[in-house]
Amino acid sequence: MDRIPLEKKVLSENDRVAARLRDRFREHGILCLNLISSPGAGKTTLLELTLGRLPKEARVAVLTGDIQTDNDARRLARFGFPARQITTGGACHLDARMVERALADWQLENLDLLIIENVGNLVCPSSYDLGEAAKIVLLSVPEGEDKPLKYPAIFLKSELLVLNKIDLLPYVSFDMARAREHARSIHPGMEILEVSCTTGEGLDQWIQWIKKRGEILRAETAKLPTLGR
Amino acid sequence: MHELSIASAILDAVRKEAEKRPGVRVRKVGVRIGALSGVEPEALSFGFGALVQGTDLDPLALEIESVPWRQRCPPCDLTFDVKDEGLACPRCARPETLMAGGDELDLAYLEVEE
Repeated sequence: MDRIPLEKKVLSENDRVAARLRDRFREHGILCLNLISSPGAGKTTLLELTLGRLPKEARVAVLTGDIQTDNDARRLARFGFPARQITTGGACHLDARMVERALADWQLENLDLLIIENVGNLVCPSSYDLGEAAKIVLLSVPEGEDKPLKYPAIFLKSELLVLNKIDLLPYVSFDMARAREHARSIHPGMEILEVSCTTGEGLDQWIQWIKKRGEILRAETAKLPTLGR
Repeated sequence: MHELSIASAILDAVRKEAEKRPGVRVRKVGVRIGALSGVEPEALSFGFGALVQGTDLDPLALEIESVPWRQRCPPCDLTFDVKDEGLACPRCARPETLMAGGDELDLAYLEVEE
């Protein structure tokens, strides 16, 4: 029996498609964000409030992944921006090919911001690159402050932690200082925002973060010899 | 819970490699799975077995090498396995250590017969 070394990624096919998407996003100056959380942490509500705060002329679109139903896309389409559901039919995560297919007939030159709402799950989505500029993990207060320790991969790979439902802090035993400490013990440079989609607290900072991140991306893109214009 | 998708990606890759080598039979595929990869080795073996059964690749064995989560402390030049104590350096206690392994989801090798 001969042994042939391979030394490649199991998901190299996904990574290849993701790299192609990332190039297209850069070429059009699009900030693509991959929003990940457990089910019920408030991804769709945060997106509703985000879209509701953007000016009508904002060049933004959302893709939203779920195992079944197009409820989320219908919720998000009310704001007048392009919103499309990706129904995975059982898969617990989005992969790059699903994103590429969903974007097939969209005019990317008309976009500055694409937010992808992943399937609610803190494990599987962390393995799949979607071509995003940044992963964002959303953690809601009722879930408990030990989530970064239980699901370290997604906290390591996410640039930003959004702590949601902070209006519930008086009613649940959630230690905010410890939550921040746990997240930074896993990912020392992690940015952290505290928001409440019920009271609106922290939403201005969240919108500011997106704007700033878009500027960083476009500054980086301008420096790339093949893509800069 | 995405082990079936991972198993299916492994089989696709094996098939692609097999096509490059006409006349050989792939008997085993070796993969390396890190503790942070989100993949449960037992579930992966189960899903792999179910997918391979009855296909042109059957019988094909899967060997999984589990890789622990490792961090490195640059000032101490020390690499250590992460256990329950967290990510701080066990020598100097500084909290800012760097990931040095554990997110592997790699195809390591094939074993083939002529």
